[in-house]
Amino acid sequence: MISYLIKRVFQMVVVLWVVSIIVFTMMSFTGDPTYMMVPLDATEDEIANARMLLGLDKPYIVQYGIFLKNILGGDFGRSFVFRQPALGLIMERMPATVEMVLVAMTLALLLAIPLGVFAGAYPQKKTSRGIMAGSLLGISLPNFWVGMMLIFILAVRFNILPSSGRGDTLRMMGVNLSILTPDGFKHIILPAVTLCFSTLAILLRITRAGMMEVMKQDFIKFARAKGATFRSVLFKHALKNVLIPVVTIFGLQLGDLIGFATITEYIFAWPGMGKLLIDSIYMGDRPVIVVYLMFVAFLFVIINFTVDVIYTLIDPRIKLR
Amino acid sequence: MQRLLRKARALWASEFAHNFRGNISAIVGGVIILFFVFIVAFGPSLVKQNPYEIASLQLTDAYKPPVWLSGGDPNYFLGTDGQGRDVLASIVYGTRISLFIGLSAMICSSLIGASLGLIAGYYGGRLDGVIMRIADVQLSFPSILIALFLMSAFGKGIDNILISLTCVGWVIYARTVRGSTLSEKQKEYVQAAKAAGLSNRLIIVRHILPNVVTPLIVVSTIQIGTFILIEASLSFLGVGVPITKPSLGLLVKNGFDVLLSGLWWTSVFPGAFIMLLVFGINLLGDFLRDELNPRLK
Repeated sequence: MISYLIKRVFQMVVVLWVVSIIVFTMMSFTGDPTYMMVPLDATEDEIANARMLLGLDKPYIVQYGIFLKNILGGDFGRSFVFRQPALGLIMERMPATVEMVLVAMTLALLLAIPLGVFAGAYPQKKTSRGIMAGSLLGISLPNFWVGMMLIFILAVRFNILPSSGRGDTLRMMGVNLSILTPDGFKHIILPAVTLCFSTLAILLRITRAGMMEVMKQDFIKFARAKGATFRSVLFKHALKNVLIPVVTIFGLQLGDLIGFATITEYIFAWPGMGKLLIDSIYMGDRPVIVVYLMFVAFLFVIINFTVDVIYTLIDPRIKLR
Repeated sequence: MQRLLRKARALWASEFAHNFRGNISAIVGGVIILFFVFIVAFGPSLVKQNPYEIASLQLTDAYKPPVWLSGGDPNYFLGTDGQGRDVLASIVYGTRISLFIGLSAMICSSLIGASLGLIAGYYGGRLDGVIMRIADVQLSFPSILIALFLMSAFGKGIDNILISLTCVGWVIYARTVRGSTLSEKQKEYVQAAKAAGLSNRLIIVRHILPNVVTPLIVVSTIQIGTFILIEASLSFLGVGVPITKPSLGLLVKNGFDVLLSGLWWTSVFPGAFIMLLVFGINLLGDFLRDELNPRLK
């Protein structure tokens, strides 16, 4: 176990290092950020001076070395637009994104598992076919369009739910949460529902496929034969064996949700780190883009690691190597 | 002619065609795809306006609602946008751009991905390790974020979208093809080809490739839909296609700006077309996967 952990941590560091090279290299293609820093009427000398201050006159390898040294020292640079440390900006907005992603994920799981179990247990029923067609439609829906339609119908036409912002938040354990206040709860419904669609569809399909495979196996027949009710067989015996692929996909989906949260936040003006990323791309705020990507990469590496450890907890047959 | 007819009859009688006819969702998917093929081929000659010809636009016709609402103009079946552009015509031209990007990205990424998968699976060793490590790491990042990042570095443009989508999409091909290649490599026909003294390259191209084409087709179908959705998302965020080449996603974005004022038709219809197109592709892809997967039979 210990040697596995050490190996994994080493792998994680290598991955993050490679990501830092890619991100840094790609970002140096995006044009000269000097012009973001100097006034419009700056002279040649002033521009050259600013470029020197930013370290852009040095060769690429040296620039990357400085970048890496700063990151390791915890200095992620300052935003050109906000004139604040970029990492601070991201951390400030992270709770909003995480909150939305978690609500969407919970929503998806709560709906996907029962529906998937049903569709897998009774594949011939009309309802099951309807569920499957619906899930295929869910995968085909453009996430941004769903959000717009929800805004148009529920916020513009019928004026039931608000369409932008987080609403009132309540401070708990150092972070502001929307879901704890009635107003904030209203605000989170539409973004979370928009975000959960494709995840819901994918989790549902995985659960169903696993369910159909498991239901054919002998231990299910045996459980029925010993007199267990069909419902208890479904949820106690079968579901437990379906969970492993669901957990794998869950980890991947968590990443996808964070990715698609950028679009959802953009539509609903949700003040999370995804919206910050889009705004920074528009304004060419290079340090914020770099820190966002490094931070998200870090997050994914941790998620993957956690998923691998969860496997062993669900299924003792899997050994960590 | 006679031979062609016989071939068509044989195809119609084949198991594949029989299963297709018995599968409602496959038929629906097929009809949707035929509809889009029709739009792409004949659409521009059927709509009255070319949305790229600025001279043909009438600013006085801006924001006309669809024809069945009061104030609708029979010339503009689905209404017009802020420049008096026919929404239906924009959709017809936008569909062509979206489909072109989806198909080209599929071809580029399958060529690169499948080649890498074949090489990794056939030769194995260190090369295999490196390619699959990269694929593993890349797969743990959401493709939309990778594409978004690449587009923000490259800038707008159809060529840049194709590059980004290829960077995102090769992984899935490489993995699928590598898996199939590994199992094909063990089989006797490959051993026989080796014993006969064929070069590795010939074995890969002539013998292994034809046998890994089936999973490739399944993945490709579904990937077209995925690529179209990613392109639409990028264009919606304003980092995708340039304004002069509006894909369906960019049309939705343009409509988004006026949605809150109740002008819904400029964004609802293009979005519905994206959904329909991807839905049709997914229905067919699902059918193909079940049909071509020998494990399920």
